[in-house]
Amino acid sequence: MEYTAKDFKSDQYVRWCPGCGDHAVVNTLQKAMAEVGIPPHKIAVISGIGCSSRLPYYMGTYGFHTIHGRSGAIATGVKTANPDLTVWQITGDGDCLAIGGNHFIHEIRRNVNLNIILLNNKIYGLTKGQYSPTSDRGAVTKSSPYGTVEDPFIPAELTFGARGNFFARSIDVDLVTAKEVMVAAAKHKGASVVEVLQNCVIFNDQIHKYVADKEFRAERTIHLKHGEKMLFGKDMDKGLVLDGLNLKVVKIGENGVTLDDILVHDETTQDNFLHLRLAMMDGHELPLAVGVIRSAEAPCYDEEVKRQMEEIRNKRPDKTLRDLLLSEETWEVK
Amino acid sequence: MSETRVKNVEKVVVRFSGDSGDGMQLAGNILSNISAAIGNEISTFPDYPAEIRAPQGTLGGVSGFQVHIGNGVHTPGDKADVLVAMNPAALKTNFKFLKSDGIVIYDTDSFAKSDLDKAAFTTDDPFAEIGASATVQIVPVALSSMVAAALADSGMDNKSIMRCKNMFALGLICWLFDRPIEQASKLLSNKFGKKPTILEANLKVLTAGYDYGNNIHASVSTYRIESKSQKPGIYTDINGNRATALGLIMASEKSGLPLFLGSYPITPATDILHELAKRKDLGVKVVQAEDEIAGVCTAIGASFAGNLAATSTSGPGLALKSEAIGLAVMAEIPLVVIDVQRGGPSTGLPTKTEQTDLLQALYGRNGESPAVVLAASTPTDCFDMAFNAAKIAVEHMTPVILLTDAFIANGSAAWRIPEDNDFPEIKPNYVKPEMLEEGWKPYKRDAESFVRYWAIPGTEGFMHRLGGLEKDTNTSAISTDPANHQKMVDIRKNKIEYIANCIEPLKVEGDESADTLVVGWGGTYGHLVTAVEELNAMGKKTALAHFRYINPLPANTEEVIKRYKNVVVCELNNGQFATHLVSKIEGLQVKKFNKVQGQPFMVEELVDFLKNL
Repeated sequence: MEYTAKDFKSDQYVRWCPGCGDHAVVNTLQKAMAEVGIPPHKIAVISGIGCSSRLPYYMGTYGFHTIHGRSGAIATGVKTANPDLTVWQITGDGDCLAIGGNHFIHEIRRNVNLNIILLNNKIYGLTKGQYSPTSDRGAVTKSSPYGTVEDPFIPAELTFGARGNFFARSIDVDLVTAKEVMVAAAKHKGASVVEVLQNCVIFNDQIHKYVADKEFRAERTIHLKHGEKMLFGKDMDKGLVLDGLNLKVVKIGENGVTLDDILVHDETTQDNFLHLRLAMMDGHELPLAVGVIRSAEAPCYDEEVKRQMEEIRNKRPDKTLRDLLLSEETWEVK
Repeated sequence: MSETRVKNVEKVVVRFSGDSGDGMQLAGNILSNISAAIGNEISTFPDYPAEIRAPQGTLGGVSGFQVHIGNGVHTPGDKADVLVAMNPAALKTNFKFLKSDGIVIYDTDSFAKSDLDKAAFTTDDPFAEIGASATVQIVPVALSSMVAAALADSGMDNKSIMRCKNMFALGLICWLFDRPIEQASKLLSNKFGKKPTILEANLKVLTAGYDYGNNIHASVSTYRIESKSQKPGIYTDINGNRATALGLIMASEKSGLPLFLGSYPITPATDILHELAKRKDLGVKVVQAEDEIAGVCTAIGASFAGNLAATSTSGPGLALKSEAIGLAVMAEIPLVVIDVQRGGPSTGLPTKTEQTDLLQALYGRNGESPAVVLAASTPTDCFDMAFNAAKIAVEHMTPVILLTDAFIANGSAAWRIPEDNDFPEIKPNYVKPEMLEEGWKPYKRDAESFVRYWAIPGTEGFMHRLGGLEKDTNTSAISTDPANHQKMVDIRKNKIEYIANCIEPLKVEGDESADTLVVGWGGTYGHLVTAVEELNAMGKKTALAHFRYINPLPANTEEVIKRYKNVVVCELNNGQFATHLVSKIEGLQVKKFNKVQGQPFMVEELVDFLKNL
């Protein structure tokens, strides 16, 4: 059956602030779901607490708006209990990386087959403007009036630290890339992390402007595609090469650089060395990477639980509790 | 040597004590199983050291195992008739559990000067040092050397030979209490069937111990323990934690819902996790979560996805799960939370027993957050109450907290394996296809029971969103309307109160016509019922009302309680159930008997208190 985005919309009025990046994310997610083609009744969207976590209410799928930080654990339970469901987890930088940090690293380590959308606006919105675990050092917010004195998490680095096998990034205003990575996340088997750089129009407006602004985006970002040369720039004449163990930007035609010198993106390698180098680029010296940065194969937790159980259960599918007890040490009273 | 005297007794308590590696639990288990097979009631309790591997022969390394066998056995017994002490440290730590006219059997080979030093004895007469009175019968047995002699030709090394010491002690006890040794042989064959050398050695030593008693006619009495017929059926022995795990499996079979456990290891609840992790053969899924919160949250996710979901923990873990249990209250999904209570607060006494989590279970959540609270009364009742917890959770779409405790969780008793029809079907309140045309909403509910209908993800047409935010009673959309919130608070309260109509009424045991009613709840049942039996036997009329349903209370609670002039609430806390009861029954005055020592009641202390009321 063919689906359209409408099939994944609920009848609820969307309550995010006008101009919030979340509007684009929910619309894109609905389009991505239509493209993937899993029917709405076989999808569960699980969220925690925060602005972004309101998202399930706007979806025409099954949904569960849970408690702060715990969406990863709840989604793990949903998927393990019923691997036939496609499970999306919607979370923000506070929900996922502060209060929910433990569940986040463990769902990735276990490689539960979930699609995690991490909306990163580097601020707490719903509590009205405190710094988050992704706020840059020195960020001045309501709870850091003199600037923060702590370094942020970089979601990709944390994902790889937890041995993650899928990481993609997009920017809220770049709808095409956003949909592309959501579809890729859905198709990847295992815990897929999609970081969406998202703008909070009220408390952290233009925080991603340096890379998101249309005027500079082509020069400050690189859209990675599996099997393709790592090229970027308005004229696609800049590329990435390895210089020792570091990445370096080169210009084709300058200093004898040819297209052949440019790295080809391989998202599938088990070794995540280059994926990490790519994910750590921030748009300044090196362009910020968007698209699928890593998508490597690995066994999924929920499938392994199911496989192990079927293997054991198939030895005697009709075994009951009473059968078990009667096979143990017993005595009879007549 | 005098002629052996035979005493007839109703029941006896035997306590085996030795190093952690001395196999005291195995000896105790075999004794209790043989006794059960010949028609005795049994109750056992292990007493492990807190240290995982304390040095051999030291006080910290002593492990004990108490077995109570006979008629009218409801507890492992306050004190032992016979104490087996494999070394001086065991004697020193366990002598206080021996009756003043009890028997001590000890291994003389392990009572050398160096052994006494390790146990911090300062003289060469340990019995005088611990204050053993003349009425205690002391039976010295050169146990180690006789075991060594019995296995001299076995070809086994000395260490392996010494591992069989427990069987010599067991053999001697079997002789003392006239237990059929053949039954013990059968149990050993099951255990060591795959290791013929070890099996043979154990059997040989067991027989040697039995024959030793028989041949020397040791100058102690032997006993004949009364037995009476029990309900026919096939029996096994089971401890409370395993019974809890298996009760959930029974609920899974009777509801058709796959069982899911999300849990994090915590003493003394971990054995529930262990047991269910083994039960992939019965279709059980277990997630060992990253923390207590994830334990309950994976279970909530699994419940949302249509499994029968449970989480197991102890007091500190229940504290961590509070917020998530509130979510289950708000989202109205089935959830079983098992709290095996231990000594608190904080880390407290992790291996010891208490009933101090009651108010946490009832009220330990933000907001008006009613949940069902049940309590199991004995090791085997854990099976029934785990089943009932699951049944209520699924049929009433609510979290249910089941309180057990370290005492019944680790204690075991004989248990009749349920027949196929002993437990009722569990009927989830599923949505029906025709509801879609009637304008189904996720918080639409049954008019009488207030139970909402369950639509499991994967079902076509019933897509819906749940959450922790307050919902409109009609539309099920998010609502902050004041009147609506009041209405939803009332609905959630009434939904739980309605359950009083679906549970068994409170019954009174003992002498119903008494003026004094003893009230208890949960794992103290064995001690309370024994105390009440003893009081009635000595002419002090006493009744007992023991609660397994805490919230809601059984519908007839007020009527029963008000029949009595004196109501005495006995519990292992500072009066939490008394507080609860008084809050539910207007004008009720109660007396209290409380103990918070990490130990179960002693029947003796209960009788002493109650007889003087």
